[in-house]
Amino acid sequence: MKTFARIGTFAALAGLWFAGAGTVPAAAQGTGSATLDAARTRGQLLCGMSGQVPGFSLPDSQGVMRGLDADTCRAVAAAAMGDVNKLKFVPTTTQNRFTALQSGEVDMLSRSTTWTLGREGNLGLMFAWINYYDGTGFLVKKSAGVKAAKEMDGATICVQPGTSTELAIADYYRLNNMKFTPILIQDIAEIQGAFLSGRCDAYSTDASALATFRFSQGPKAADLALLPDIISKEPLGAMVRKGDDKWFDVVRWTFIAMITAEEKGITSANVDSFADTKDPDIRRLLGLEGEMGKALGLDAKFAYNVIKAVGNFGEMWDRNITPMGVQRGINNIWSKGGLQYAPPMR
Amino acid sequence: MAETVTDPRLSGGRLAPKRDIRLSWSDPLLRSIVWQVVIIGVVVAIGWYLITNTHQNLASRRIATGFGFLDRVAGIPIGESLIPYDPAIHTYGRALWIGVLNTLRVAVVGVVLATVLGTVIGIGRLSRNWLVAKLTAFYVETIRDLPLLLQLLFWYTILQGLPGPKQAIRFGDVAFLSNRGFRYPTLNWEAAHEAAVAAGLIGLAVTWIWARHARRRQTLTGIRPPVWPAALAGAVIFPMVVWAVMGAPMAFEVPVLRGFNFQGGGTVSPEYFALLTGLVTYTAGYIAEIVRSGIQAVPQGQWEAAGALGLRRGQVLRQIVLPQALRVIIPPMTSQYLNLAKNSSLAVAIGYQDIVSLANTTLNQTGQAIEGIAVIMAVFLTISLSISLFMNWYNAHIALVER
Amino acid sequence: MDAAPTPIRARPLVATIGPVGWARANLFSSWASTAVTLVLGYVILRAVTGLFDWAVLNAIWSVPYNDKGIPDTSVCQTNSAQGACWAVIADKYRLILFGRYPFAEQWRPFICVLLFIGLYIVSAMRRFWRKELALIWAATLTLIGILMWGGVFGLTAVPNDYWGGLPITLILATFGIALAFPLAILVALGRRSTGMPAVKMLCVGYVELIRGVPLISVLFMASVMFPLFMPPGINIDKLLRAQIAVILFAAAYLAEVVRGGLQALPRGQAEAADALGLNYWKKTFLIILPQALRLVIPPLVNTFIGFFKDTSLVLIIGLFDLLTMGKVALSDPPWQSFSTEVYITLGLIYIAFCFAMSKYSRGLERELGQAQRR
Repeated sequence: MKTFARIGTFAALAGLWFAGAGTVPAAAQGTGSATLDAARTRGQLLCGMSGQVPGFSLPDSQGVMRGLDADTCRAVAAAAMGDVNKLKFVPTTTQNRFTALQSGEVDMLSRSTTWTLGREGNLGLMFAWINYYDGTGFLVKKSAGVKAAKEMDGATICVQPGTSTELAIADYYRLNNMKFTPILIQDIAEIQGAFLSGRCDAYSTDASALATFRFSQGPKAADLALLPDIISKEPLGAMVRKGDDKWFDVVRWTFIAMITAEEKGITSANVDSFADTKDPDIRRLLGLEGEMGKALGLDAKFAYNVIKAVGNFGEMWDRNITPMGVQRGINNIWSKGGLQYAPPMR
Repeated sequence: MAETVTDPRLSGGRLAPKRDIRLSWSDPLLRSIVWQVVIIGVVVAIGWYLITNTHQNLASRRIATGFGFLDRVAGIPIGESLIPYDPAIHTYGRALWIGVLNTLRVAVVGVVLATVLGTVIGIGRLSRNWLVAKLTAFYVETIRDLPLLLQLLFWYTILQGLPGPKQAIRFGDVAFLSNRGFRYPTLNWEAAHEAAVAAGLIGLAVTWIWARHARRRQTLTGIRPPVWPAALAGAVIFPMVVWAVMGAPMAFEVPVLRGFNFQGGGTVSPEYFALLTGLVTYTAGYIAEIVRSGIQAVPQGQWEAAGALGLRRGQVLRQIVLPQALRVIIPPMTSQYLNLAKNSSLAVAIGYQDIVSLANTTLNQTGQAIEGIAVIMAVFLTISLSISLFMNWYNAHIALVER
Repeated sequence: MDAAPTPIRARPLVATIGPVGWARANLFSSWASTAVTLVLGYVILRAVTGLFDWAVLNAIWSVPYNDKGIPDTSVCQTNSAQGACWAVIADKYRLILFGRYPFAEQWRPFICVLLFIGLYIVSAMRRFWRKELALIWAATLTLIGILMWGGVFGLTAVPNDYWGGLPITLILATFGIALAFPLAILVALGRRSTGMPAVKMLCVGYVELIRGVPLISVLFMASVMFPLFMPPGINIDKLLRAQIAVILFAAAYLAEVVRGGLQALPRGQAEAADALGLNYWKKTFLIILPQALRLVIPPLVNTFIGFFKDTSLVLIIGLFDLLTMGKVALSDPPWQSFSTEVYITLGLIYIAFCFAMSKYSRGLERELGQAQRR
């Protein structure tokens, strides 16, 4: 009887707890963004990235994450949290990146993900800004003697499943009436191993990732050749969840602040020298006048924090991508012939 | 005293009087009802909580629900499939069905091969040759101590060490072995071949009827008329005659190296082969143990009696011991077959596109995680249920009719 | 009349005793057996000498490092056909065994591994099979948690994203079985209950559902769907999700094992307990379970061995256990072609654990079986 009573009380309490927990109110409406409030309460911004792509997100020998995507996360952390170190890098694979963002496991995804209609329409996710205008390319072994993508009829191609690359290749081969055999392995190290061992004739993903992979092979890079053909448009950027517009604004305008800084020639080294500038655009950018930060729910000096911690857009590039031998090309700012164009911060 | 004594308990003589349910905690019926209500209530409450949470989360994140994506054009390429597939026109539903077929392809072939290999190794464990016994024991022990995933990756790495297509190992210039797989010539299937297969099936049916007749004759008279002439005529000569009469077409499609790969002919891909080899060697280790313990469960007297009758060891095994051992072997075998079918899901790690791998890709491209996982679980539950039902039927079929 | 015949003490033929006799009986007893012995013997000899050459004689044990700390593996590459390159293990063993745990603090996971091994050894010894064993488990597991997480007693805190390698394998398997055990007992008892058909159906449904699907799908469900089940703001970390999946999965299999033990117990025990007037819970916990659990220890150990190997599946959901860390070590460009050496090393580690456990289980089965036979 005593045991019955004990078990009964426990069951009743469990039921009450679950019933009560179901009525927990939504996060407090501090800044108007549930994600931002949750991140500030937690004290950490959760940023999803890959952790395995050199030049975009790869830990260095001290375990510090380096790369373009990693610096993007740092920029948003500097803007939203005020401190670059209030950041946690969450490694995600191509298989779980979207569900991680959908479910709230990460606050934003900075993982070289292509902006497509299908993703915006079906996944409940939105693209904040493009940090790399890329395309799908092919990496082949020089010994295969292939000079163009159109010569690869009947080839075996290694590609990761669940990516826009596999759809792009299927479209390309259909357009050109060619056939190919796909080898679809999820793990990026495994698929690179399959390509290097000769299981497939070509390895296909975003051309930037192919270039950095080739570079990371060191002396063996001379055996690999990146074909000149780019068979699709792959604008890579940062993603956030739908349903939190204020957070979307924060992430997008962080990027735009970095591009504005590069347009105006502000770098992390000389940002302090602009404290007494007369240029109204720079004054608004650095928070010396106007209410740019307040409109986003951030600190007035959010852009200053970003530039000081991470630098402008060009510095991010030069630190991570340029050493791998990739030219800026269309990723330059518009005044230098590229596609990065900052709407006015006014 | 010719009166038999019956047990009054069985004839309802002294049953306890039926009572209505009392509203008191000391009534066991009331207690059981209350406890069931409480436990089911708690489980339903937890389930309700999880489901409402999920609905809220899906709605606020504008994620689609429902199985409408099955009618959408897939766009995803698939490496190997048994039925024709074009990413531009076929739907996700067809892609998932290809995944199911790929899984069955591995599971069915794996079960057959594992049973054969496992039985051979299990019998080898009991061999009188010390070397054979110890070698098989070593094999079984090692296989059971290594994780299956490690074994699969190991086999896949070995198969990747094969030479490239240009330096492929040739088998008389009609079959080629390279790191792209094993290419073999296929028969151009014509109506004559279909007719020959139908004739062969008819021949097999006739042979079976003749064998039953032969067994009946043996029970009645002790002499068994030979069955092999009927088998030869029905299953071999008859189809060949039919095939010859219909024009004797015998054209093969030989794989030819063109450009990067071989074109034409049939393929056994390295992914399929690595998965099959890993699964078969792993499950055969467990089946060997089951067969061994089944054979050892047959009483020693059977062996001695058969020896006294002058039967050779092989004959004893085949005709006396194994049929009896089957009854002990079948239940644990069932669970090994189920394990093999479930372990085929590890294909996702080496790039063979079975249902788990394709459902995974689908749930990434469409964003609908819950529906994708529901598909995987439904497929495997169906496979498990089918295997269990079949083996239960077989078990009942061979059950000993006790005296 | 002859004298009493002297006993003829004939010595047995040489060919029937000693090593020659043994060889004749076991290796060369018939033509077929002789042929098999010769062929197998040749094959084994070639294989063993070849393996010895590759793994020991021609192997390279270390490679030079250039000034940036990057190893120069060219000598290993040229030798790769004839000899193994064990330098990959020498370079990467800490990464494989302990994952990305901070270098200076790696003595903590090392001690945890020793604690796990000690826990298994203590649980295996018969003299500890008392109620106090549960306390020993609870204390050791708490100590392991404190050591791995840190944050107290002056240990630096290490969040569990940095854990990896052998400790994760041991944690998933041990906590999985330890926490699944009570749940499995409840489910097994529920399945055998005659008075509560609703509970019985629930338990049957749970066990058949979980046993019908592969562990991968349960892991996927945990890693992908758990966050959708929770209200926004509550976040369960990846290791906990995988652990819950392993616990749910293990409980279903263990429930079947315990049910087998409950069925094997003679009905007289339950009837005698009823005759003494014990209620259901006293009867179960004092009389039936202690005896039933003793019966199921060998299959329990076998199930544990199975789960120890199944923890390698977390590779697929991105958790860093021993096998995953082996693959991570191989993704470093200098070492990319030496997967065989790494897999062999991982295999030896798994064999060390699993062989010890399976030998123990077999010995136990033999011992306990002796008690059953009269």
